[in-house]
Amino acid sequence: MPDGPAEKGPAWRPRGDRVRWERRAGVIAGIRGFFAERGVLEVETPILCARGAMDPVIASFRTIGPDGRTRWLQSSPEYAMKRLLAAGSGAIFQITRAFRAGEAGPNHNPEFTLLEWYRPHYDHHRLMEEVGDLVVSILACPAPRRIAYARAFRELVGVDVDRAPVEVLRERSQAAGASGRTAAELDRDGCLDLLLSHVVQPGLSGLAGSRAVFLYDYPASQAALARVAGTPYGERAERFELFVDGVELANGYHELTDPAEQQRRFESEASRRRIAGLPPMEVDERLTAALEHGLPPCAGVALGLDRLVMLALGIPCIEGVIAFPDAIA
Amino acid sequence: MATYSTNEFRAGLRLMVDDAPCAILDNEFVKPGKGQAFNRVRLRNLLTGRVVDKTYKSGETLPGADVVEAELQYLYRDDEHWHFMHPETYEQLAVAEEVLGDTAKWLKEQDVCRVLLWNGEAIGVTPPNFVVLRVTDTEPGVRGDTASGANKPAVVETGATVRVPLFVDNGELLRIDTRTGEYVSRVKE
Repeated sequence: MPDGPAEKGPAWRPRGDRVRWERRAGVIAGIRGFFAERGVLEVETPILCARGAMDPVIASFRTIGPDGRTRWLQSSPEYAMKRLLAAGSGAIFQITRAFRAGEAGPNHNPEFTLLEWYRPHYDHHRLMEEVGDLVVSILACPAPRRIAYARAFRELVGVDVDRAPVEVLRERSQAAGASGRTAAELDRDGCLDLLLSHVVQPGLSGLAGSRAVFLYDYPASQAALARVAGTPYGERAERFELFVDGVELANGYHELTDPAEQQRRFESEASRRRIAGLPPMEVDERLTAALEHGLPPCAGVALGLDRLVMLALGIPCIEGVIAFPDAIA
Repeated sequence: MATYSTNEFRAGLRLMVDDAPCAILDNEFVKPGKGQAFNRVRLRNLLTGRVVDKTYKSGETLPGADVVEAELQYLYRDDEHWHFMHPETYEQLAVAEEVLGDTAKWLKEQDVCRVLLWNGEAIGVTPPNFVVLRVTDTEPGVRGDTASGANKPAVVETGATVRVPLFVDNGELLRIDTRTGEYVSRVKE
């Protein structure tokens, strides 16, 4: 059976076949076994949430709760899992559905499955170790190599991410295929996103000599919810992403635990939402209160489970590993 | 002309890109988990035929291209133009040689071609997939050689040269696949 989006059958028929569904179930069973052996507790958090992600690049689905108030379909279980950590859960993982409006393509389905886990007292390097162990156990690939974000850009794009003026990043973006208007409108981080997906990702396995590669120590402006630390090269976000065969598979942080800094990040996201003309999103005051109560120092990571199954089964399109992708849901 | 946002992009949509009409061949959504969303689009420039990849910020809009296809009958040529006619409205259209490109060598009077029109001007002509043309110049046919697989060049009435089996003779009609430029069969009159 072909695996592309062109895969067609009667409209009622789910994608794939018994063998493929078994292999997906096998990957999920393997993940549960991995965490059971390590004493990581499986948890569940709400999919229907009172607060949505504030990040302006993430669009959440909106609906109405029984009290007539807005609910959001979670784009990630991060906030609720941090509340569990603050309440003393210890190491936790969950496999859950997450939702992102407007994301559809060979690597995106608007409803998808995330594996997310948190490790108290780990930093991002120690968590990378564990992410590597999990991925090796599922994909039977060699252990991932690690490359600093700045080094990958220096070697693959030929720019210094700290010092290159935005004009240079725009030029490189245009050379990588950005339309003139897009290149002119992109800010520094937008250019870095474009160069990462168009130039760095395709070249990463070659540069590292490995199918699986961690990029780590992101620019402070791309910290999201990671800690920012001073290094001899300047400030770096203690964040990593895992790429396998050029596919973005996981994103992890040495988590921000400082409530005041968290409040500043939320305010900055709120102002970026306003500038971008996006609907306002209220701050999740329950998360803020949990941080004030005290989140243990920890590292956390979200891994795209559908993409892991794609890699495990050698299927190039997300629709090939989801029995009911959006097109036939 | 309408404008199209990236979420309306799909294969076959025709857009104005850098002042040239282009057709989308492929459209891929690209988005880092914590980053800007993009549409990476493969486009064919309908004037030059060249294929380029362009990336747009998701949400960006592009004007549509006023490009339509028409089935027109080839009538005749003069020194500058090749003349076509709409079989129902009898409206005539003159097409410059450079627009025809390689198509010119397959065109025989009365044949119906697919003509791509941009703002009413022809920008591309596709010949019928199969044409029947008379051989005007080839070495005399070798009788009975239908199995050797050997071939030879033959010039047909429109000036094109095709490889044909050795038994083909001057004056015969040949069926030719214009997409590959290959001989298909002889045609009885």
